[in-house]
Amino acid sequence: MLELLDLHAEVEGRPILHGVTLTVPKGEVHAVMGPNASGKSTLSKVIAGHPDYVVTGGDVRFDGASVLGLEPEERARRGIFLSFQHPVEIPGVTTSVFLKAALNAVRRSRGEPELDAAAFLRLARERMQLVEMDKELLHRSLNEGFSGGEKKRNEIFQMAMLEPRLCVLDEPDSGLDIDALRVVAKGVSALRSPERTMLVITHYQRLLEHLRPDATHVFVDGRIVRSGGPDLAREVESKGYQWVR
Amino acid sequence: MSREARDIVAERGEYRYGFEWPLDTERLPPGLDENVVRFISAKKGEPDWLLEWRLSALAAWKRMEEPRWQNVRYDPIDYGAISYFAAPRKGPATLAEVDPEILRMFEKLGVPLEERAALAGVAVDAVVDSTSVVTTFKEKLAALGIVFCSFGEAVREHPELVRRWLGTVVPATDNFFAALNAAVFSDGSFVYLPAGVKCPMELSTYFRINEANTGQFERTLIVAEAGASVSYLEGCTAPMRKENQLHAAVVELVALDDATIKYSTVQNWYPGDKEGRGGVYNFVTKRGKCLGARSRISWTQVETGSAITWKYPSCILQGDDSVGEFYSVALTNNRQQADTGTKMIHLGRNTRSTIVSKGISAGEGQQTYRGLVQVNRKAAGARNHTRCDSLLIGPRCGAHTFPYVDARNGSAILEHEASTSRIGEDQLFYLRQRGLSEEDAVSMIVNGFCRDVFQSLPMEFAVEAKKLVEVSLEGAVG
Repeated sequence: MLELLDLHAEVEGRPILHGVTLTVPKGEVHAVMGPNASGKSTLSKVIAGHPDYVVTGGDVRFDGASVLGLEPEERARRGIFLSFQHPVEIPGVTTSVFLKAALNAVRRSRGEPELDAAAFLRLARERMQLVEMDKELLHRSLNEGFSGGEKKRNEIFQMAMLEPRLCVLDEPDSGLDIDALRVVAKGVSALRSPERTMLVITHYQRLLEHLRPDATHVFVDGRIVRSGGPDLAREVESKGYQWVR
Repeated sequence: MSREARDIVAERGEYRYGFEWPLDTERLPPGLDENVVRFISAKKGEPDWLLEWRLSALAAWKRMEEPRWQNVRYDPIDYGAISYFAAPRKGPATLAEVDPEILRMFEKLGVPLEERAALAGVAVDAVVDSTSVVTTFKEKLAALGIVFCSFGEAVREHPELVRRWLGTVVPATDNFFAALNAAVFSDGSFVYLPAGVKCPMELSTYFRINEANTGQFERTLIVAEAGASVSYLEGCTAPMRKENQLHAAVVELVALDDATIKYSTVQNWYPGDKEGRGGVYNFVTKRGKCLGARSRISWTQVETGSAITWKYPSCILQGDDSVGEFYSVALTNNRQQADTGTKMIHLGRNTRSTIVSKGISAGEGQQTYRGLVQVNRKAAGARNHTRCDSLLIGPRCGAHTFPYVDARNGSAILEHEASTSRIGEDQLFYLRQRGLSEEDAVSMIVNGFCRDVFQSLPMEFAVEAKKLVEVSLEGAVG
């Protein structure tokens, strides 16, 4: 379960979040919709613990405990995963080398045995199919020269490998064409589980048509202004964000 | 930038090789004059021509000025306060006769001298302070006609080879530090490959400065006759000391027609502490001559140690269609300074050269790439590709690049790519978000940055180099 309690945060001294309160019960998928520059991405970075984002009030609680004092890697090892809107490129580091190290770091913290290279590759090949990802990408430098769609698929693939308990997806649909969007949505849907909580941040309602979240929240100017069911997403899309302000 | 990134840099991980080993040593009092040179030469039982060569170098050195153009800062070196000869007192002839103390010291260094040498298939020459203490695998190599021995032994056993090639690539008066070396060098390694012989194993030298206030001046000479090939690796360590230690080595390589020499260095001299106290002053002249047609000389260096590095492994591409390569990873952390790069001198036709330089600066480290690509009038069809990347970790380090190009033949094709980047907060955050610690994230990014160069190292040493870079960066973040 994810709980945001009157969360305030700023970046470089500029307040962005102005009291966000939100509860996503375990196993549910909630959508956060909002216009550009409303602070949606900030919300995801704060949950994951980006050092540039300073929490000035309120709390982020995961399964009943505050995570604010934890380093990003500690949050990751507790099962918090952020699918980035703009995944970074790391030249010279292959996706497989990076992901094997990450997976084993997470497994160690869970008290699970590390995977050797062969077991890792078997698992990776299987999970790549979830997002119809080209296996060659495993052996290329992480995200370097990847198309926009490949980068987004790679995020969902990593999510499938790391098996997090809380997934924050920051615009997993941005820049995707309709076919790629369907593939990404299918991958995310396949990873839904009663043990996994998801917060999906998006601009458009189309992704939500595929995902069918349990609840939708409209996010404007650093706070949630309205919450509701699937109809809310459709209404926002047709009437625009001005309507809910 | 985050707090972590602002505080980035701090203590270097503990220098693993910083112990001092109590060896029974014979050493000269500090100071340098003709008598010192005569003493060294006599001690080595050298022929007159070599003594004369040394004396001429000393005379030249006395008239020379220490170079000041490099982009490094240090207090003046008092050449009168350095001892120019130190050697373990027991001189061995075979491995069985090696002072067991020396064997234990090399064991502690992780150098495979005995069975481990056999397992690793690496032939090792070990130089402590100034004297070569043991050369393994000599008989096996001798069966192929390969000479791999200490420099002193080469002078005794193969004087005609040494006399023919010594100073032909780096003359005794080449530069201040090379002249100093020529005057007082006390040992080093010598490799000779007869025509057509491909050396079946990696050859390796480990250098160790043990004694206090001692300069190390070793000299390496490798000659590959037509069609021969060899891969050679040198590693270096030194004890931790508050005082600086001077290391002024010379390496000369000669490749005849169709010969290949691959020379790899993993340099881990003591870098000094985090305030910049102590550490080795590494002023080294390395140069290879592609004398024959289609010959090839390849330098790969991983430079993580030394307080100051001044080093430009270079290639003179004299033979037509010869190839020169320079692959470098240099890392400066804390107060380390490095001014390093290469010179590719194209003399022959259709000569090709490649330069890949990766500089990493952390802490208050200062790093300079200095490279020259020179194409002479007759070098039609010369080609060079240079790639020069700098990576900065934290706000207090520096990267500087001085690429010189001197093209006198219109048919030359020269390409230069360069980049400077900072390890991004976003890159670190991405990796940490996936569960990697900040240190692991930094070493992953740095290793990725160095990958092109590590790939050109012999495989077993690539692993070592990767670990060394990780250790050298410990404490650079967080």
